[in-house]
Amino acid sequence: MGECPVCAAEITIADDAMAGEVIVCDDCGAELEIIALKPIELAEAPTAEEDWGQ
Amino acid sequence: MKIGLLHSLIRKEEKLLIEAFRNAGVEPIMIDDRKLILDFNTAPDIDILVERSINHSRALHALRLFESAGVRCINTHDVARICGDKLLTTAALKDNGIAQPQSRVAFTEESALEAIEELGYPVVLKPAVGSWGRLLSKINDRDAAETVLEHKAVLGSYHHSIFYIQQYIEKKGRDIRSFVVGDDCIAAIYRTSDHWITNTARGATASKCEVSTEVAEISLAAAEAVGGGIVAVDLFESDDGLLVNEVNYTMEFRNSIDTTGIDIPAVVANYVIAQARQ
Repeated sequence: MGECPVCAAEITIADDAMAGEVIVCDDCGAELEIIALKPIELAEAPTAEEDWGQ
Repeated sequence: MKIGLLHSLIRKEEKLLIEAFRNAGVEPIMIDDRKLILDFNTAPDIDILVERSINHSRALHALRLFESAGVRCINTHDVARICGDKLLTTAALKDNGIAQPQSRVAFTEESALEAIEELGYPVVLKPAVGSWGRLLSKINDRDAAETVLEHKAVLGSYHHSIFYIQQYIEKKGRDIRSFVVGDDCIAAIYRTSDHWITNTARGATASKCEVSTEVAEISLAAAEAVGGGIVAVDLFESDDGLLVNEVNYTMEFRNSIDTTGIDIPAVVANYVIAQARQ
């Protein structure tokens, strides 16, 4: 379990989750990045920059 | 076999690729571009690097330095450089005689306005570097042209005063995205939207497009024109046949696997592994 840094909701982290992965908080909809797994650390995902894309 | 995967944020695509590599018996070595320190000489201990950074500028520079240090990269720095800049893409397509919409480049508001009027309304103004349909402007008349050009010149960074102007193609609500891996056009989708911008990132829906001979031929030619590798080609269906709009070098495919029935990450992983063995 992690805690949403925006709304403090409890967030279940999938077994195959990875550091760097982007997840969405089901409660507030915030995009979060998994910073670390042991222990679980979540942060707001960076917002899109001008050169982001494919 | 050691396959490096250059990334920043891990999107759905990266997770699918990692899973595909694991299914093929390879555990990719994750290289986070946010933690990189490059010294112009040292290369990571890998056989090949797969570029999956979300930032074009980081990918562009990292690939150059990795290649300089002797690392084989997919895609190459040259492919990233050409695909990441619409001017360079247009030039590469033109050099190889590939059909594309007419376009103009101008460096001042005055010359850009003249170029727009020469092409005829509507036109589309695009940032040379950008993705996901962001900051595209469909210019329907002179009033809009003057306004958008002034806003770009005054409010944008200097990049936005390199005016890339493209003929507007009436595409009847959809375009085609094809996926090229090496010498094969492996799949294609239609991207359909009520909006004139048909990026799935902007809400367009994906549906299967059969890879016709025409789609495959122009997609493979476009891929070769930009240097080859793993790319997604955006095509317009015009009255004069297919036109290449853009070529993407860090392609997104999450919406195209079920849609096409093609396991795109598996194809990509197998291609990379085969390249690493050569």
